Amino acid sequence: MADITIDARNLQCPMPVLKIARAMKEAKSGQTVELIATDRGALSDIPAWADDMGHSLKEQFEENSELHFILEKT
Amino acid sequence: MSAETTDEAALADAVEESLAEEEKPEKMVLIAASGDLDKAWPVMILATTGAAYGMDVTVFFTFWGLSILKKPDSGLTGEDWRQKMLAAFNRGSPDKLGLSKLHFAGMGPMMMKGLADKYNVASVQELLELAQEMGVKLWPCQMTMDLMGITQDDIIDGLDRPAGAGAAISLMKEASISLFI
Repeated sequence: MADITIDARNLQCPMPVLKIARAMKEAKSGQTVELIATDRGALSDIPAWADDMGHSLKEQFEENSELHFILEKT
Repeated sequence: MSAETTDEAALADAVEESLAEEEKPEKMVLIAASGDLDKAWPVMILATTGAAYGMDVTVFFTFWGLSILKKPDSGLTGEDWRQKMLAAFNRGSPDKLGLSKLHFAGMGPMMMKGLADKYNVASVQELLELAQEMGVKLWPCQMTMDLMGITQDDIIDGLDRPAGAGAAISLMKEASISLFI
């Protein structure tokens, strides 16, 4: 279970990235943030954003067509 | 011994330099030159996403791109009849933008907005507000404002000072991403 959960379900590009960016900005170093999205573009966008920003993508899975990304703030 | 000290000093300088570089966010410049909905949309999507990447984003609104910043009630702007005519055929504010293709006297934009609503795509208006919240700098082009008779009262609040091509070039020279849309 992540420290913070962000619901970006039913939101399209670019909202999942904007939502995770805001959450990670507010999170403390070492905290984990879980983003739940239904936008299939998030499959490329979230890992690319995390990689660029230097946050580690700890876990990624799909459940009932919902995409889960767990990121840790560096 | 002294050579070693120099090496260490040089290394410390290099580290400091790279840290200073890291602290300064990368710059992104978008030139919004079109008042078409299908151009304004990607402009605002890229601007907000750039900000989400921690970039220092500036959008320069020129020619018909300035329509995006017009207030919904700006009306027939300008003193000259030609300015008023142009304003009449090119109503400003994100909600009144037309499509570059398949406009069909407003049917196209209406269908596009209906679809955006259905599929939860954030509107240009929403993205514009988000961009402002995220610290994206919005520059209206001074020359276009003069040409079209648009005053500060005709455009939305919270914008940066009107600027020109010089300021845009200075910024683009330093920017890692510059796009003309």
